[in-house]
Order: sequence, then structure tokens, then C-alpha cells
Amino acid sequence: MTCLETIQSYALRSIGIGERLLPREGYDLCQQFTLIGSGLIWNIYFGVFALLFGFFLANALALAKASRSRWLRKPAEWFIFVFRGSPLFIQFFLAYETLVLLPKAGIPVFGMTIETAWTTKAWAGALLVLFLNTAAYSAEIFYGALKAIPKGDLEAADAYGITGWQRFRRIEWPTMLRLGWPAYTNEAIFLFHATTLVFFSGFPAFQQRGDALYYANYFADKTFNPFIPYPIVGLYFVVLTLTLIWAFGAMNRRLNRHLPSNLRPRIRLRPQLVR
Amino acid sequence: MAGPLPMFDFCADPSTLPWYSWLACYLTTGTHFNFYGSFVTVLLLLAVTAPVALAFGFLGATAARSPVAPVSLLGRGYIVAVRGVPDIVYFMFFVIALDQGIEWFKHLFVCADLSQPVWNGNEFSVCSAAKVPLATSAAIWHKAYAFALAVFTFAIVFGAFAANVIYGAMQAVPRAQLETAEAYGMTQGQVFRRVLVPQMWIYALPGLSNLWLILIKATPLLFLLGIQDIVYWARELGSAKTSGNNPYPHGDWRVYYFLALLVFYLVFTRVSEIALSRLTARFSRGQATRAGEDMRKVVAQ
Repeated sequence: MTCLETIQSYALRSIGIGERLLPREGYDLCQQFTLIGSGLIWNIYFGVFALLFGFFLANALALAKASRSRWLRKPAEWFIFVFRGSPLFIQFFLAYETLVLLPKAGIPVFGMTIETAWTTKAWAGALLVLFLNTAAYSAEIFYGALKAIPKGDLEAADAYGITGWQRFRRIEWPTMLRLGWPAYTNEAIFLFHATTLVFFSGFPAFQQRGDALYYANYFADKTFNPFIPYPIVGLYFVVLTLTLIWAFGAMNRRLNRHLPSNLRPRIRLRPQLVR
Repeated sequence: MAGPLPMFDFCADPSTLPWYSWLACYLTTGTHFNFYGSFVTVLLLLAVTAPVALAFGFLGATAARSPVAPVSLLGRGYIVAVRGVPDIVYFMFFVIALDQGIEWFKHLFVCADLSQPVWNGNEFSVCSAAKVPLATSAAIWHKAYAFALAVFTFAIVFGAFAANVIYGAMQAVPRAQLETAEAYGMTQGQVFRRVLVPQMWIYALPGLSNLWLILIKATPLLFLLGIQDIVYWARELGSAKTSGNNPYPHGDWRVYYFLALLVFYLVFTRVSEIALSRLTARFSRGQATRAGEDMRKVVAQ
């Protein structure tokens, strides 16, 4: 099989397009790069959507945690504590076992039946966990940023008679994002890294449609040689990380465009690894 | 199935018991004690890994600061390599790589016939004398070896992160402190031991505290390294048991077992956070930082 044929057969294997069986022989570099790269689709899918939905929930949670009302503050604090204080790996297992316990036939509501089978699939169940998890971590970042808004900014808003929703939308929220952005970039990077846990934590890979690490593990098991597939995953993730830093850096520049260039915060990669 | 002997006398026939005695019997079976024992495994992993990782980190950071270029490059390379790539990749990689590395090294010394390549096609094969541990060894050695590999893997990965933190902390010690020490005629080694290292801890502590919390939350990954840890036993014990082969039949209880693990980790991280904040206060005493200054003022008043 030439490399081009391999790419045709396996480039979209992780989403069920192309050859049905995984490679059984050869295991050359082309195969490994193609199949592991195909798995990366799942990592990007989980990362992008969890981040996108998580951003909104994180904002709501950060505001709730900063709220004066106990009824808003306490639930938000507990939510953040539970998701930040326990391992993501355990969260995946717990979520999967809970979702499996839902009645198989569906839940009847007003004569209609709500299907439940799809929730145990990785694309939905794991995404839900990642979404809640990243929302909790991001909420803590945004909460910290909200608390760090310079007093002068708020006093200036008061002096101009900007209050309530106007004050939040035009002063507090943009400043919060601006201050929290470097930490949020880190969160995004490590969320993408965390997506590699999905197929090792209860969620089955339906028809061997897995992520990058799933396929790397497949090759390492088949060839007894960890020195090729794992560095390939590593390489892909370095590229992914650099892309993220570039994209979030562009946003960072936009958020700080009113500041003199020497005062703009720089994005630094800081370890957060397993969650 | 239920271990050597039931812990309570009334456990002889569990099916006739009221629910509370049933539960007491159920929770004290031999397999459950394996489950409780696996919590000790986790604590043991933490107790061994944390100091080893700290030592790796210290060596890495010291190497990275070295004036000798190759040493410095080695230290920096170690720190940089673990960033940017998901750590779980390292976990899965190092366990096999270390295992193969050790067996290959032993192979060079103990095997009579070295003519065959070790990596042959899709095979990794060493002679039976070079297997670690030997196929004839007791099961306990196989377990101990797997555990040692896991500890070492954790230490390598977390050592790199600790090195990053300690390197930053060493850079954060005010330059004037070191220059003053030099002005008093201390040698480089003395400056390092007497001035830099004692002062660096307070700068390293926030990062190291964070790392400790991360390390706690990384322990369930032991499961992926093939250790019979709490995740393994939670899955084993929680899965549905029929009355045919088990005196304690029950449905799928894995969700409760994982809930228990979740609570265990929440309590553990919370207690750690409290302990670490006390430690931070302890280390702040007499330091040229804001916290240290605040403490000085309180005493002075």
C-alpha cells in the first residue's frame, strides 16, 4: 500500500470513513502518522466544543461566585470545588457509570420518550464532563480576574454615571476577560491535553473510532515499540499547542489593544497537567 | 470468593441477614480489604513520588542554572520536554520504554547469545534470564516491579514540572542577596547552600503546592499503568454480581464506588489545601516578601 492509499483509507478512520479494519501489518511511519492524525479529530472536537460551551457557563459561574447572594454564591462555589478538587479521570468514570444507569428504553415525559442511549456515547457523555470541568476551572480564573479589576476603573465608571448592566458590559466584563486571558489560555491548552483521557476512562471507542492517544496505544501494543507512536502524538500536540497559543495570543492582543505595548501582559505556558 | 474467613460470625449466610448486618459483612470481605489496601498504595505512591520528584526537580533546576553549557542544556531540555505534550502520553510511553530499557540493559550482560536483535520486527524479545522480574519470581515481585516503574514514571514527569517551578524560584531570589553573600567572600557553593536554597523555598511554594494538588489528582492514572489501584478495585467490586458465584449478589454499583472515590479525592485535596496554606505561613517567617513583612509588623507591634 502506498502512502497515498494509506492516507485515503485511514485519514478519516476515526469518524468512521474509509477502511473498516485497522492496519494489521506494516505499521510504517505513514500508517502511524495518518491514523494518529485522524484520531486528533476527536481531540479537537472535544476541546473546541467543551471550550466554547464552557466559556458561557464559566462566565455565569464566576459572576455567581462573586455574587452577594448566598443562594447564588454557595452552589457556584460547590460546583467549582467539586470539579476542581477531584481528578478528571474519576469524573469520567462516574459520569459514564451514571449515564449507563439511565433507563435504556428512554425516559417517558408527557407521552413522549426521551432517548438516553446516546448519552453513554463518548461524543456526548465525555463532552458533557469536559464541558462542566473546563467551566469550573475557567470560572475560578474569571472569578480571580473579576476580583482583580482595578478599583480606579470602577470608580471612574461611577463618576461617569455608568451603573448596572452598562457598567458590567462595558467595564467589568472586558476587564475581567483581559486580566484572566493569559490564565485562560493555559486552561485551554490543558483542556486539549485532557481530551486524551476520554477513551481510557470507561467511554468505549465505538468501532475503534478513537482519539490520537487511542491509536498510538494501538500501535504501541501491536509493535511493542513505544518510541514511534508516542512521539508522534507528542509532535501533533506540540503543533496543536502552538496553534492555540497563536489563536489565543491574537485575542489577547485584541483585548489589550488600548494599552501601551510595554504594559501588555504576555501569555506564558504554565504547568497544570492532569486535572 | 469472600476471602479467608468472614470477619463477623453472623456472616455465615448473608442472604438471610437484615440490610445493615448484610452491609457490615459485605464491606469486610477479603476483596474489600484489597480495595482498602489499594488506598494505601495510592498514599504510598504519593509518599515516594513527592520527594523523588522534588529531588529530580532540584537537580533539573540546578543543572539548568549551570554555567557549563551541556549541563545547562540538559536541564533546560528536561524542563521543556514535558511541556506542550499531554502528560498521559508520557505516562504510557515511559512505562514501556523503561521496562524495555531495563531488560535490554540486563540482556547485554546476562544473555549468552547476543547475536539476535532485541527489537526484531514487531517483537521485543530478550532471553529468559534477562526478563525483569524473572518469570519464576513470586507474584509479589511482579507487583513491586510494576509499582516501582509507575513511581519512577510519575517522578520523571512531575520532576520536570518541579524543576520548572524551582528554576523560577531560584531566579526570583533577589540578586542583591547573592551579591552581598559574594561580597562577604563566600564561594559559589556557599552562596548556593546558605543563601539561595534557603530563600528560594518561599518563591517555590505556591508552585509546588499546586503541583502537589495536581499529583494527588494524577494518582488514578496508576490504573492505566496496570497497577491494581483504587480505580481497578472500584470497577471490580462495583460491577454487578449474580447470586451464582458470589455470596453478596448486587446490581451495578460502580457508580457508588466511584462516588466514594470522588469524595475521597475531594477530602484529600481540601485537607492538603489547608495544610499547605499553614506551611506557606510557616515559610513566610523572616522572608523579604510581603507576607514575611506583615508577620514582622505584627510581632513588632
